[in-house]
Amino acid sequence: MAAKKSSGSAAVSPSNLVNRDEALAYYRDMLLIRRFEERAGQLYGMGLIAGFCHLYIGQEAVVVGMQAAQKPGDQVITGYRDHGHMLACGMSPREIMAELTGRIGGSSRGKGGSMHMFSKEANFYGGHGIVGAQVALGTGLALANRYRGNEQVSVAYFGDGAANQGQVYESFNMASLWRLPVVYVIENNQYAMGTSVARASAETELFKRGISFEIVGEEVDGMDVMAVRKAAERALEHARSGKGPFLLEMKTYRYRGHSMSDPAKYRPKDEPKQVRDTRDPIEHMRHYGLENGLFTEEDLKTVDRDVKEIVADAADFAQTSPEPDPSELMRHIYVEA
Amino acid sequence: MQAQPSPTNMEPALSIEILMPALSPTMEEGTLAKWLVQVGDTVKAGDVIAEIETDKATMEVETIDEGVVEALLVAAGSQGVKVNTPIARISSDEEVAAPTPTPPPVAAAPAPVAAPASAAPSAPVALADPEIPRGTAMVKVTLRDALRDAMAEEMRRDPDVFLMGEEVGQYQGAYKVSRGLLEEFGDRRVIDTPITEHGFAGMGVGAAMAGLKPIVEFMTMNFAMQAIDHIINSAAKVHYMSGGQISAPIVFRGPNGAASRVGAQHSHDYSSWYGNVPGLKVIAPYDAADAKGLLKAAIRDPNPVVFLEHELLYGIEFDVPEGDDWVVPIGKAKVRREGTDLTITAHSRMVGFALQAAEELAALGISAEVIDLRTLRPLDTETIIASVKKTNRLVTAEEGWGPMGVGAEVIACVIDGAFDWLDAPPMRVHQKDTPLPYAANLEKLSLPNAADIVAAARAVTNR
Repeated sequence: MAAKKSSGSAAVSPSNLVNRDEALAYYRDMLLIRRFEERAGQLYGMGLIAGFCHLYIGQEAVVVGMQAAQKPGDQVITGYRDHGHMLACGMSPREIMAELTGRIGGSSRGKGGSMHMFSKEANFYGGHGIVGAQVALGTGLALANRYRGNEQVSVAYFGDGAANQGQVYESFNMASLWRLPVVYVIENNQYAMGTSVARASAETELFKRGISFEIVGEEVDGMDVMAVRKAAERALEHARSGKGPFLLEMKTYRYRGHSMSDPAKYRPKDEPKQVRDTRDPIEHMRHYGLENGLFTEEDLKTVDRDVKEIVADAADFAQTSPEPDPSELMRHIYVEA
Repeated sequence: MQAQPSPTNMEPALSIEILMPALSPTMEEGTLAKWLVQVGDTVKAGDVIAEIETDKATMEVETIDEGVVEALLVAAGSQGVKVNTPIARISSDEEVAAPTPTPPPVAAAPAPVAAPASAAPSAPVALADPEIPRGTAMVKVTLRDALRDAMAEEMRRDPDVFLMGEEVGQYQGAYKVSRGLLEEFGDRRVIDTPITEHGFAGMGVGAAMAGLKPIVEFMTMNFAMQAIDHIINSAAKVHYMSGGQISAPIVFRGPNGAASRVGAQHSHDYSSWYGNVPGLKVIAPYDAADAKGLLKAAIRDPNPVVFLEHELLYGIEFDVPEGDDWVVPIGKAKVRREGTDLTITAHSRMVGFALQAAEELAALGISAEVIDLRTLRPLDTETIIASVKKTNRLVTAEEGWGPMGVGAEVIACVIDGAFDWLDAPPMRVHQKDTPLPYAANLEKLSLPNAADIVAAARAVTNR
């Protein structure tokens, strides 16, 4: 059965993996997510964002690498740690941040919040707060693709925690049985809330979880955007060509706690710092691009400045967009005729 | 299917009567399609002696006795043979050399198809339905086939409509509701799923979010509890949570409530559970015309709809308007019988009991108005309130449990809208507050029936 560990970033050949435009775009997209999330954390601290707020900091290479390999029309669906996915899909930072602050300019008109955002335009199907639900839903998106006979692939993200939910395996079974065009992406950031993979999973090599369903699985260095893109290309091609689902386990790491209220005392204090110092996805891209002459420090300064402006603008918008009108309360319960 | 032997007093001690077996907990009668033995044949335990049919299935009848067939008491082809009717006699004495001559079986006249005795009168005491245009031809259709026709017509009309669930295709539906659909529409649109409710309900919602219009059949709504997260968290809430961007045009359907002697885990009425949830529409029809017209409306509706059927109604024939354009609007109750002394509200199978109760009350000089709620969400409070303003008294009837139930909700609506018109405290009829027991007598004690409605009606009218 094809469930294999792929080579990590150390073994990625530096030759012709990316061109200048791609390298700059990946750097920019990852940095945008990082800066956006940092600002969201700040606004949370100021009391402008409430409820649950799960930050994606540290995991940026996963969505940016996946998105780089997708084709227009491919659908994306994920769980509650969804801000990065929405930015990667091309949703506007303004509408995401304004949703976080619960304003009418938010993508769900302030009625969804951090965990519940959607964009038909960007083919982003949520944003789901129930752990594992997005896997069955994402498999249903793939069923719709098959039904319509189109060329689209559904990309369903879930965490190492969701990987223990029963419906994930119900979905694996049907996806493989019917050869549905879906790529399952496990973002293994090592902790399901406060529980490490080893404390929750009998089989900790999660890319093997598809074996009994005949689903090809592969472990990927989720801190290396180029490794992610490579793996994503293989997986998407597999699904698109009618061979059925593909499973990617992204080894990644979240720097922050599970949510804003989590001090993350369940892991060694220096663990996040160690990962940040040695495996940070943005730093990795930066070094790679500079060393291989793909871009210059000047280029990066321009990107940094642009990103800073975009995030500042989103934060401004999110604070100045009005709260939803009270009439919004009773709207959108049912589809309006 | 093993035939029930029954030693009989009428014959020599060693004769055994073979009785018409029940193929399912709800079967009351069937057709004796074919005899596979003749008088004089020697049979042994396990031999197939006959084939019997219902509208749902064909089964072989095996004997569990050894001996010689003495007599075939029911002719092949006989319809409407009641369960437990003697159909053959076997001599268990192996030394009986020659069969006792018996007259050849007389071909039984086809018996009229009768409703199960436990159900309500099969012909509803209906008012002229204002929704049915004058001159529309009516055809007799079982509720089961009316549901099938609704799905088939909508699948012909809209290529985005498809059916998925356990045994909906090759098996033709666990209750034969989807009979013939696989043959007409193929396995792209009639999808047999593994036994995996949580997974396939979620996939149905995902496909609906992508713009398709799935019909998800649950073998019974009891099993939908495995999937209720997707029905509520994924389907019912997505339109609101997305600020109106995404919708889930999907129908979840299947038999709901008590069947017959299937015990607590297969007999749960979920009306009030789903009726509690904003974002869902909830339908629970009584007769075949409503079942067809409302299922078509549910499939066309852009919102998630929970469609609660009743197994004990599947085999009953009702009048259904002919043609493929019969659509009943969601959210409208139906006054099934007009009256002046009290209002009885009911839905699904309880409507039959309410109509039966109204007949009995009429004999006592009490005039009951019977409202078939049909849709539980949105509830047609207007019709209920108008009726109570006329009758001044209210009895609610539902098959499920009372606490937090449909009756409680109906009464709250009436308190809101017609408090000053009430001449007596409303009363609720519902299942006893127990898991449904298996024993026949206890099951009967737990479930509400027409007599309970009559008693409540007499109490609220002081008569």
